[in-house]
Amino acid sequence: MHLNPQIPSGPLNEKWERCRFEAKLVNPANKRKFDIIVVGAGLAGASASATLGELGYNVKTFYIQDSPRRGHSIAAQGGINAAKNYPNDDTIKGGDFRAREANVYRLAQISNSIIDQCVAQGVPFAREYGGLLANRSFGGAQVSRTFYARGQTGQQLLLGAYGALMRQVKTGKVILYPRTEMLDLVVINGQARGIVTRNLITGAIESHAAHAVVLATGGYGNVYYLSTNAMASNVTATWRAYKKGACFANPCFVQIHPTCIPVHGTYQSKLTLMSESLRNDGRVWVPKKAGDQRPPVEIPEDERDYYLEKKYPSFGNLVPRDVASRNAKEQCDLGKGAGETGLAVYLDFADAITRDGEDVIQKKYGNLFHMYEKITGQDPVKEPMMIYPAVHYTMGGLWVDYHLMSNIPGLYVLGEANFSDHGANRLGASALMQGLADGYFVLPATICDHLATADFQDLDIGHAAFREAETAATDRINKLLSINGKRTPDDFHRELGLLMWDYCGMARNEAGLTKALTRIPEIREEFWHNLRVPGGDGDLNQTLERAGRIADFLEFAELMVIDALDRKESCGCHFREESQTEENEAQRDDENYTHVSVWQYGGEGKKPIFHRESLVFENVQPSQRSYK
Amino acid sequence: MKTINLTLKIWRQAGPDAQGSFQTFESGPISIAMSFLEMLDVLNERLINSGDEPVAFDHDCREGICGMCGSVVNGEPHGPEKQTTLCQLHMRYFKDGDTIVIEPFRAKAFKLLKDLVIDRSAFDTLITEGGYVSVNTGAAPDANSIPVPAPKAEQALDAAECIGCGACVAACPNASAMLFVGAKISHLALLPQGNLERAKRALGMVKKMDELGFGNCGNERLCEEACPKGISIRNIARLNREYMRATFCSDE
Ligand SMILES: Cc1cc2nc3c(=O)[nH]c(=O)nc-3n(C[C@H](O)[C@H](O)[C@H](O)COP(=O)(O)OP(=O)(O)OC[C@H]3O[C@@H](n4cnc5c(N)ncnc54)[C@H](O)[C@@H]3O)c2cc1C
Ligand code: FES
Repeated sequence: MHLNPQIPSGPLNEKWERCRFEAKLVNPANKRKFDIIVVGAGLAGASASATLGELGYNVKTFYIQDSPRRGHSIAAQGGINAAKNYPNDDTIKGGDFRAREANVYRLAQISNSIIDQCVAQGVPFAREYGGLLANRSFGGAQVSRTFYARGQTGQQLLLGAYGALMRQVKTGKVILYPRTEMLDLVVINGQARGIVTRNLITGAIESHAAHAVVLATGGYGNVYYLSTNAMASNVTATWRAYKKGACFANPCFVQIHPTCIPVHGTYQSKLTLMSESLRNDGRVWVPKKAGDQRPPVEIPEDERDYYLEKKYPSFGNLVPRDVASRNAKEQCDLGKGAGETGLAVYLDFADAITRDGEDVIQKKYGNLFHMYEKITGQDPVKEPMMIYPAVHYTMGGLWVDYHLMSNIPGLYVLGEANFSDHGANRLGASALMQGLADGYFVLPATICDHLATADFQDLDIGHAAFREAETAATDRINKLLSINGKRTPDDFHRELGLLMWDYCGMARNEAGLTKALTRIPEIREEFWHNLRVPGGDGDLNQTLERAGRIADFLEFAELMVIDALDRKESCGCHFREESQTEENEAQRDDENYTHVSVWQYGGEGKKPIFHRESLVFENVQPSQRSYK
Repeated sequence: MKTINLTLKIWRQAGPDAQGSFQTFESGPISIAMSFLEMLDVLNERLINSGDEPVAFDHDCREGICGMCGSVVNGEPHGPEKQTTLCQLHMRYFKDGDTIVIEPFRAKAFKLLKDLVIDRSAFDTLITEGGYVSVNTGAAPDANSIPVPAPKAEQALDAAECIGCGACVAACPNASAMLFVGAKISHLALLPQGNLERAKRALGMVKKMDELGFGNCGNERLCEEACPKGISIRNIARLNREYMRATFCSDE
């Protein structure tokens, strides 16, 4: 298979312009002849649905929650980056030279229009006293260029997109399918032509046909069971598309966020992120002495190790996420971790409060402090927070070209579900930007090229391919319900998650990955023989929903591990212990790994097929990252 | 970690038209560090293991922001702690031996689907009646071309923080949606971007509110009490003002 990334020729700053100029257009009057399915109503799906509706296409939008205002994007706290007047090469460096240069550049180019768009929708971004937009610095960016709405930027951006979407619902251009889960992609004559879904309230299995299918179904961080993702986040939609021929890119690239509330018990269902904007004013430290059990306020200044400030004088507490996370793990591995479990480091606001006053700090972080106190029962103004890294974002995803089309014609993938812009690492505050760039600006400008040029066979859901997919979905549900074993879906999920965290988490090595590769099929085997799902398939059955998603995680996890094993270098978030510098920093191997690893489904029980998309850097030359 | 034992009385109802009733469970030991929903998870794992159907309840972010969770706990929507969604309520707020009664949000406009799960799509329908600014993608002027005074932006955000959970409706004896609608009307009326359509928005949303079966505001302030985001009833006052202004002064 030849993967053509379709990156336009010409200078970097003219590529996007050229792409739009060269795209074949659909005459405005003809747009109403095209039906487009959008799966997902997070930032990417909602913005895409709204914009496609505005343009005149007939859009159907599917999502798991009861309302499009609730997609996982709503939880983003920190902010959204825009490149207003800033050079953007730190974004390319941020991806540790494993992202496509042209995509990253485009993201920065479009970002200003995104801020304009959101403001026009009534998104109440923070303002300076003169009335202009305020911004702050965030997550690995050394300049202040992050726009924000208190600690709930994602909520406000999503509500903006939701408003735009509901406006199209009113006009009839978009039809919503709440509480509906996509179970399969339907490919006919090599084109993506529809999906099969399950209505989560009635259990009905249904088919939907269209001229193009857009997946905006978010990331797969929940493969680790514990993550900062919302409970319903899953890999199902992208995984089923993979099994229908769409290639998966860089599945092992997972971002571990350094500032989360530490794990406190086995019943724990998810991890809560504390926005890393906190690192602007909080200082990270551990006791100098391993095993020091004193409460933090009793540890004197000269017995504290502000390890990030010491090791990285120029970035200090603001080093990129992967560096901050690995260093926290390192300190805890040395026995210097805080709290009951020893798996935590301190994030201390005492100095900031002395410097700026409690009022100023409360104004900036009050709601985060409040949330922390609710969960832990401790007040960060009185004693330092405890934090630990947690799985947060997945850079890998379905492979797409510059148009955001996968290798299956007519199948587009947006937002966290694709792999496109973040390389081996993601800078803080650029996922929101990517979701909105994909949905508001990129897809609406590129999808017309396919619609205008493809040869569309006349078909509806009567086509045999839909029957087949429906039958397969029904059979699988019946299978899940009939095993009648002894373990709950969550029990399997926890086991898988722990395995992935231990062997395919913050640090990876050949022995551990190989071990995971034998364990995963064993867990999967047991799952299909010893699972218990009560209830039936004819009504709301949340255990059944979860079982289906976990079954997919159990297959997908194997691909992640295969990918992690194959990439023998360290880069960004992917830290192979075998590949580190003398100072224990990630050691890239540009000669052998300056590529996107792209995996194609090889068939049931067969190995996936490897493809390589080589990365070319015309403008920024790869260099080893240094945050010293 | 300290644990407590509780008696749980939970509303069970197989479907919209089925007969519902309370079912009582002994919780077994519950760590006080658990969230309320984790406590329900523990119960559900036990029910599944014994071959019973677990209690259906809605949730997603478990961070107090998506608005998906919510039940009436001991008579109060989202439970006893102020300005806290059910997912953010932690078991350390309960005492060993407590009985906890858990029921769905009840309102004419919210159909019950199963156990604690309700249909809140009426809120989405309300938003379709103008709860937005009509601007097409790509047609926006430069974000800084219209300055917004910082205090106004802050007030707009105070209102825009609404998570659409429905606790206000569940708390109100009239099952009114005035706080929900008032928050959206205020958010947009306070910003220059929302100004042009404010009359149309107020008229459209209020009309729809009546059609959907939401009641009227009786000034009980229970909605404000129940709101996990602390949305103020000043937003209802603003809604009334916007509505009056639209009725008397606009051409809509
Ligand atoms: C706690 C937290 C804080 C964050 N903070 C920031 C930040 O400050 N800045 C930043 O830039 N990024 C941040 N991120 C990352 C960012 O929020 C996400 O990457 C981004 O919102 C993903 O958007 P999305 O539209 O791609 O997917 P999502 O928002 O995950 O939406 C996925 C949608 O797909 C639907 N769906 C999924 N599977 C199916 C299926 N099988 N069938 C039907 N529908 C399906 C879901 O219902 C949902 O509507 C944060 C993430 C988390 C977890
Ligand atoms: S689960 Fe999202 S607000 Fe409670």
